[in-house]
Amino acid sequence: MPDALTLPTRRDEDYRYADLGALAAVWPLAPETIVVPAGESRRMTVVQTGDAPQVRDLAIDLGEGATFTLHVLTVGAASARIAVTVRLAATAAFHLGAAQLAGAGATAEIVTRVVHAAPNAVSRQVVRSVAAAGGTVNYLGKVLVEKGADGTDGEQSVRAMLLDRTATANARPELEIHADDVKCAHGCAVGELDAQALFYMAQRGLPPELAKRLMLQAFVAEALVGAEDEEALQDQARAALEALL
Amino acid sequence: MMLIIDNLHATVADKPILKGLSLTINAGEVHAIMGPNGAGKSTLGYTLGGRPGYEVTGGTATFDGEDLFALEPHERAAAGLFLGFQYPVEIPGVSFVQFLRESLNAQRKSRGEEPLSGGEFLKLAREKAALLKLDMDMLKRPVNVGFSGGEKKRAEMVQMGILDPKLAILDETDSGLDIDALRIVGDGINAVMRRPDKAVLLITHYQRLLDYVKPDFVHVLAGGRIVRTGGAELALELEERGYEAVAA
Repeated sequence: MPDALTLPTRRDEDYRYADLGALAAVWPLAPETIVVPAGESRRMTVVQTGDAPQVRDLAIDLGEGATFTLHVLTVGAASARIAVTVRLAATAAFHLGAAQLAGAGATAEIVTRVVHAAPNAVSRQVVRSVAAAGGTVNYLGKVLVEKGADGTDGEQSVRAMLLDRTATANARPELEIHADDVKCAHGCAVGELDAQALFYMAQRGLPPELAKRLMLQAFVAEALVGAEDEEALQDQARAALEALL
Repeated sequence: MMLIIDNLHATVADKPILKGLSLTINAGEVHAIMGPNGAGKSTLGYTLGGRPGYEVTGGTATFDGEDLFALEPHERAAAGLFLGFQYPVEIPGVSFVQFLRESLNAQRKSRGEEPLSGGEFLKLAREKAALLKLDMDMLKRPVNVGFSGGEKKRAEMVQMGILDPKLAILDETDSGLDIDALRIVGDGINAVMRRPDKAVLLITHYQRLLDYVKPDFVHVLAGGRIVRTGGAELALELEERGYEAVAA
């Protein structure tokens, strides 16, 4: 790892696909530490928007039985990055729902490192990304199950939609398991909208652009379900999607 | 005449499937197309609906005086063509209510009609759902997600009722239905489509749906062409003697 003051390079695995030019403008970064004491619950929503690069670095420490729900919506015209490191004590729960939309010239990036340090903790990550022409979306996520963290339940569901041949998605879901009796699932898909569904919708009278919009709205909305002030967040996501199409 | 198909040739992945199919359907008529697996029955439905990958290589189709193949799939729908799918597609996250209201209003817009309000649409949807004995709450769920085979087929008929097409092409709507559901679907087809200004093309393997929806004409499709045409009695003959004997 580079020290906090030195700008990373592409040789650093976590920055391999990053928009380093945008990072330089906001470097060095002040990491934010969040501690949730045993048995307590927190919710947080991060919206990254605007014309200037947005970079956040969260370190979350969950006590025994603590829960943390994080929602991220990245919709800005500029590049954005959020790095989240989570450490879970026994029976703690972490939920991430992230939607990132990237238009021309922008790189939207989520980097997670979820450490199951003790038994029976649960982590769920749902990441939905949309890249328009010339845009890039990245997900680099690692679930690390430490020795003794038996009964871990970790899930990564990562999907990216490319709206154009010049759009890019990079996804690197990783699992590192040093315990027994662990349930870890990861699904990762990069693709285009389902052609069968588009024909079905057209056959009922929906013009292609409307059918695409409906499907993309649903795709993005899935990541934001259960967020604090969900309706407003979903509205913001829909408006951003509208601007992207 | 509602639909005139003349000498239609179509390929799927460069493989010729339809090889000179001709068929005329008038308003007020119910036609059934029967035939063995691989005869081209579903290909006919998809080709008329405009599914990507189904390429017309020869012949014409005129729908209500218009060149059908010059229209995009959604324009064919707006012109009044409904295709009931053999395998209705699941669309996660999009509710039936939203999907159908947007679809109906897109059709209405292209015909120069006013859109239906939310209240007007729900009233219409409730009425058609009741006709097909489908719980209205199911229409609040994502399109076809978690529906059983029979529920999907009934939902197709509810959609047909809501969209109110001129011509319904129903591709194996009877498959996956138990006896009760078959009667409900048959009654639904009659209630929505048995009118002097509408027509139905049933694509089916079996005679049993035809007990409920009595066809005026039965066609046997084999090798990409219609090889025999008759009345309702032809379906019974097929059931008794098999395609091979009748089509030969």
